[in-house]
Amino acid sequence: MSTPAPRAFTIDRNDGRPVLPGNLHINRLLSQWLDFSRPGLVRVFTGKVELGQGILTALSIIAADELDVALDQIGMVSATTLEGPDEGMTSSSISVQDSGSAIRHACAEVRYLALQRAAQAHQLDILSLRVNEGRFKSAEGQDLGDYWHWLQDLNLMREYEGLSRPKPYSELTLHGRGKVPRVDLPDKILGRPRFIHDLRLPGMRHGRILRAPAAEAQLTNAQQPVPSALRDRWSASGVQCVLDGRFIGIVAESNLAADSALGELREAVQWTVPAVLPDMHQLADFLRTAANEVTYPIQQGELLQAGDGVSLACDYLKPSLAHASIGLSCALAQWDGATLQVWTHSQGIQNLRDDLTKALGLPKSSIVMRHVEGSGCYGHNGADDVAFDAVMLAMALPGDPVRVVWSRADELSHAPLGSAHLVSLRARLNDEGHITHWHHELWANGYSSRPGRAALPTLLGASQRANGQPIPLAINPPLAAGGGSDRNAVPAYNIEHTHVVNHRLTVMPLRTSAMRALGAYANVFAIESFMDELAHASNQDPVEFRRRHMTDPRSLAVLNAVVERSTWWHQPREEGVGHGVAWARYKNTSAWCAVLARVQAGETLRVLQLDVAVDVGRVVDLDGVINQTEGGALQGMSWTLKEAVHFDRQQVTTQSWVDYPTLRFSEVPALTIHVLDQPDQPSLGAGESVQGPVAAALGNALFDALGVRVRQLPLSQDHILQALNETS
Amino acid sequence: MIRINTQPIQSSLPDKTPLLNLLRDELGLSGAKLGCGEGECGACMVLVDGRPQTSCNLPLWAVQDHDITTLEGLGSAERPHALQEAFIAENAGQCGYCLSGILVSASALLQHTPRPTRADICAALDKHLCRCGAHERIIRAVQRAAQALAG
Repeated sequence: MSTPAPRAFTIDRNDGRPVLPGNLHINRLLSQWLDFSRPGLVRVFTGKVELGQGILTALSIIAADELDVALDQIGMVSATTLEGPDEGMTSSSISVQDSGSAIRHACAEVRYLALQRAAQAHQLDILSLRVNEGRFKSAEGQDLGDYWHWLQDLNLMREYEGLSRPKPYSELTLHGRGKVPRVDLPDKILGRPRFIHDLRLPGMRHGRILRAPAAEAQLTNAQQPVPSALRDRWSASGVQCVLDGRFIGIVAESNLAADSALGELREAVQWTVPAVLPDMHQLADFLRTAANEVTYPIQQGELLQAGDGVSLACDYLKPSLAHASIGLSCALAQWDGATLQVWTHSQGIQNLRDDLTKALGLPKSSIVMRHVEGSGCYGHNGADDVAFDAVMLAMALPGDPVRVVWSRADELSHAPLGSAHLVSLRARLNDEGHITHWHHELWANGYSSRPGRAALPTLLGASQRANGQPIPLAINPPLAAGGGSDRNAVPAYNIEHTHVVNHRLTVMPLRTSAMRALGAYANVFAIESFMDELAHASNQDPVEFRRRHMTDPRSLAVLNAVVERSTWWHQPREEGVGHGVAWARYKNTSAWCAVLARVQAGETLRVLQLDVAVDVGRVVDLDGVINQTEGGALQGMSWTLKEAVHFDRQQVTTQSWVDYPTLRFSEVPALTIHVLDQPDQPSLGAGESVQGPVAAALGNALFDALGVRVRQLPLSQDHILQALNETS
Repeated sequence: MIRINTQPIQSSLPDKTPLLNLLRDELGLSGAKLGCGEGECGACMVLVDGRPQTSCNLPLWAVQDHDITTLEGLGSAERPHALQEAFIAENAGQCGYCLSGILVSASALLQHTPRPTRADICAALDKHLCRCGAHERIIRAVQRAAQALAG
């Protein structure tokens, strides 16, 4: 059996084969994308998965528009290893680019093949045929059959050839217009089972895991961690215990019995937890001094040394953040001795299968993965780990399916975190108030330890087995894939001398991985706060100051749009009210976003308004783009105002919603979203462009209101007071 | 005996069992969701005699002889509640995990406050966490439902 090779972050298009659009390049058969075997229904396969971002809806719009079928004739089939394309991860806001582009081109090809057959049979010019709701008509209105008729004996197991170009935008009727109903939401609003949490398999049993409190925690009694008296009592009531090193699970007949046994287990098992974590109150010092590996995302012109004509130097700190999904991580697994079936809400079933293969020594061909929707995950949360947990229990107890669900405390303290991140910025202005030198140095753990990317598995449970290896250090995607901790670290301004230094920590006291926007959140917060500070230090208008360092037309357009369309930006401010601006182009290669914030700063910071302008290229699902932008803005606001994971020297102490407050309805500001549609430009992902600009716009508005600069996130009462004390 | 969505239910589960376990595990009602087990997120909200209460930390003994309404009791695909219609029309949600509880609380709001202000809606939903940031469109959908009911 061969071990799967680590998966790259980007598609290798230089593999010697003709380059095909999007993920068609690596899934070249039309049958991997489309199926017409059920009359009246077009099954559209995608390797991308619904995370609440609305991707199934966007992809269905692309297919319906290209084929000229109605939306309700499209049946989206999301990721499974049984059929459809292997598209790796659903991450990084590239699904519309990679999956959407493949589906668009596959649909164009199949449409052409079907029309060609109809035209030949009726001796008509293919260009004269029309398609409506999947039915073909001649120019005279004669009915010529439909897709299902003309494709019934055509084998779609053929490579895409590029026989016909996709339609021009002017012929697309659903793109970028109005509000297309979401594919998945009605079930969720009507209470029909749709989430993985609702999945009930015959004979299903219920598993729980007692997690080691920290990566370094050891069982105090490794010989017999679970007292035999307890195990005896359990076996009488049908509770089974699965032990492997520090991995401790139980399986029971019901959720209730499982919860009860887990409670007993927690009481019975003793851990020895070494005090090896950094002091969270000295987080910046820890980051700056921890062992690290250095890369240089840009080295352009002269290096600005500290103290060498520096106009301004500031440090900005982001704490560790939790994904904090509302739904608990959940998975089901079943092992019959030959085939392992896994039901998971992982963002990457293929990557997860690779890691299961590595951890279990099973061939890939005997593992069947099915994606089932979970709640929003916002990056690499516990979804993959819990799938491994379910597999461990299912393989120990062959036969019946086992369902495992995590607790809220597990969710907040054992899932990977978004890394703490320190940015140190310095710059030199010339006499005209123009930036000549820029130096950005950052320290953070890597932003990816997703499954599938390393030689070893990155699954928590696998690392806790007797023969388990420590979870590999989090890495950073290459800059070609948008980078990780250095995402958006290179400023999108024209500055002659620009240097960026990226320190990736080579110790990982707290496990980190992908969280929405990766390093862009902290880097954009730092850069756009610093731009504001530079503008104020040189008595320049913050918008004008940015503009004079910008030349990219779409960057300027998005910044100008948000300012020009604002109804309040130029209004005089009342006492205690402040305005702030920030912008960024996500990954420096993807969507553009500019934000204006209006806040009321008193004892606490209250956000009154957020205006957001985005340019995501061609808009597929207009309401989807607005929804993602609204949601990204509010989640970004929640991170910025409220969130930090707490830990002591032994373990993460954030265990509940009380410990980890997030945004509430009463805190929601007025929100205005402007979508600058660019129908002739490629579509870009909409999910991650806004969080960084929101953070900086809020910090800048806070400064405008109070005259005090808070450089440590979150912009909480504590940090505001601390900054006020330091200023006075 | 507990009345759940108007049906009388006799349960043999222990008295201290959380109501949510009865709903999801025994009755197969998948509307109410488990989010924390501590009554902190609102995903499991149900109506007890018309008042919103979290069901993950509500023992069965406390609801004996009371009326429980879950999301399924508000409406169905065939006969949706005005709120369900409005939420579908507004695409009011992202992942949707929080929606069941929010719809339940919103239904109680509209019962006693048929023309709620934005502040009324935010106050009624303030105990609900939505991590995706769909708050704005959820507020819009509640307003839309209120208008539909008033009209």
